[in-house]
Amino acid sequence: MVKKIFAKCYIWLILLIMYAPILTLFVFSFTESKNIGSWTGFSFRLYLDMFKNEEIMTALLNTILIAVSSALVSTVIGTLGAIGIFYSKKKTKKAFDMIGQIPVMNAEIVTAISLTILFVFFGVKFNFVTLLIGHVVLTIPFVVLSVTPKLKQLDPNIYEAALDLGATPKKALWGVVIPEILPGIFSGFMLSITLSLDDYIITAFTRDNSFSTLSTYVYGATAKKGALPPTLRALSTILTLIILVVLLIINAKTKNQATIKRHKDVR
Amino acid sequence: MLKIRFQRKHLSIPYAIFLILFIILPLLLIVYYAISDKTGAINFSNFVNFFKDKNKLGLLSFSVIIGLINTILCLLIGYPIAMLLVNKKYNKSKVLFLLFIMPMWINFVLRTAATRDLLYWIGINGGEMPYLATMIGMVYNYLPFTILPLYTTMLKMDKTLIEASYDLGARPHQTFFKTIIPMTMPGIVSAATMVFMPTMSSFVISDIMGERKISLIGNAIQFNFDQSRWNDGSLIALIMLLIIVIISLLTRNIQKQEDARGSIW
Repeated sequence: MVKKIFAKCYIWLILLIMYAPILTLFVFSFTESKNIGSWTGFSFRLYLDMFKNEEIMTALLNTILIAVSSALVSTVIGTLGAIGIFYSKKKTKKAFDMIGQIPVMNAEIVTAISLTILFVFFGVKFNFVTLLIGHVVLTIPFVVLSVTPKLKQLDPNIYEAALDLGATPKKALWGVVIPEILPGIFSGFMLSITLSLDDYIITAFTRDNSFSTLSTYVYGATAKKGALPPTLRALSTILTLIILVVLLIINAKTKNQATIKRHKDVR
Repeated sequence: MLKIRFQRKHLSIPYAIFLILFIILPLLLIVYYAISDKTGAINFSNFVNFFKDKNKLGLLSFSVIIGLINTILCLLIGYPIAMLLVNKKYNKSKVLFLLFIMPMWINFVLRTAATRDLLYWIGINGGEMPYLATMIGMVYNYLPFTILPLYTTMLKMDKTLIEASYDLGARPHQTFFKTIIPMTMPGIVSAATMVFMPTMSSFVISDIMGERKISLIGNAIQFNFDQSRWNDGSLIALIMLLIIVIISLLTRNIQKQEDARGSIW
């Protein structure tokens, strides 16, 4: 019993310390004071200011734009890549595995400056495309990593069966293989989005300086003025709440699916 | 006209081109700049001089030390958490686990700046105590990345072996060190690599938390490129790359599972 209380205390204490910065921002998002720590009365001003702040809104939109577009590109090239690799010879497979793992293992700063060097070396101006390439480099290995296990689970006979029944290879791929590996493709896509949303380093080195994302905006704001600008307290609170809700929904859904599956298995 | 018959392996051509253009070629350029001088001629003296320069060796060993301290702190805090979270006696829901890894989804620059502001409020000023503030910032950022691989390894752990060890008369600490730790080794290694290398090469956390008073390998690379000293910057990047290659070769046998970041969705 004492052990149990001690264990619970440890878990909740670490959680509390972990969330202390976010909780502080949450509390002081309801007051207009310049710095956290001083309370100047309850108000929703910061939330109104945040929605009216064009810089923040553009940065948010840009962040979503680059996340979705890079995730789409990564998912298409990565999924096709994973299928192609799966049906290649063993040697080719090994080479792909090794090279594809480089961005995962590599330090992000090294990946980032290697791309900067590439673009400057060939005289490419930094623009949305260079940023897109940077984010695809960051996310594409994770698409391949998510799709490959699903291909391994695939029954090798169904593709052949589709061909025997008269489907063209392309039709067999679209109609039979892709639907089977769809869960892997989806998780690769979601993973790409989350990695891209969170990225600062690659963004900072491959973007055109007039294009700001949430990360570069916050970095710029703290580098210049020190403490976080008050409106960002409201932003942090809203983002955290959105993430919390999304996670809880996904958790509830997977639990549901698990119970449904168990019922089916019993039958 | 020659018509190439469609084969499934051809689907990987765009991916292959992408890898060559944007992963291999950039790394080759880094190697080229690291072993050449300002005129562009190949010259290994930069590379050799790095290992003679006391400042640069100091930077390297300082980064390694910060990386090690952070890895140890994260494991010490995270290991008990992961053990308690998989133990049905203390925790039955997955929500608590999700709370521990949720910071991964909150923008990391925003999170780090929030941590700095809170520390500032309670009197830990990054300008005066850059080491302490940076260390706290590092643990804050990497704790979720420690707990995730430990948790997933422990879920798969065969619990009957622990009972067997007790039945055979082992004391709790013997069971822990001789049964539980070896069984969770893949998770420990995976957590350690996920913390150690990014810590060494990070520059955002040391910049924000240490008010630019702390320089790690990452800061040095960024600084050199900021000053357009490509050769020096590339050299440090190449050395970082070599360290990563060595570590991943050393841990390859223990760490069979894929990168733990892949299992969050």
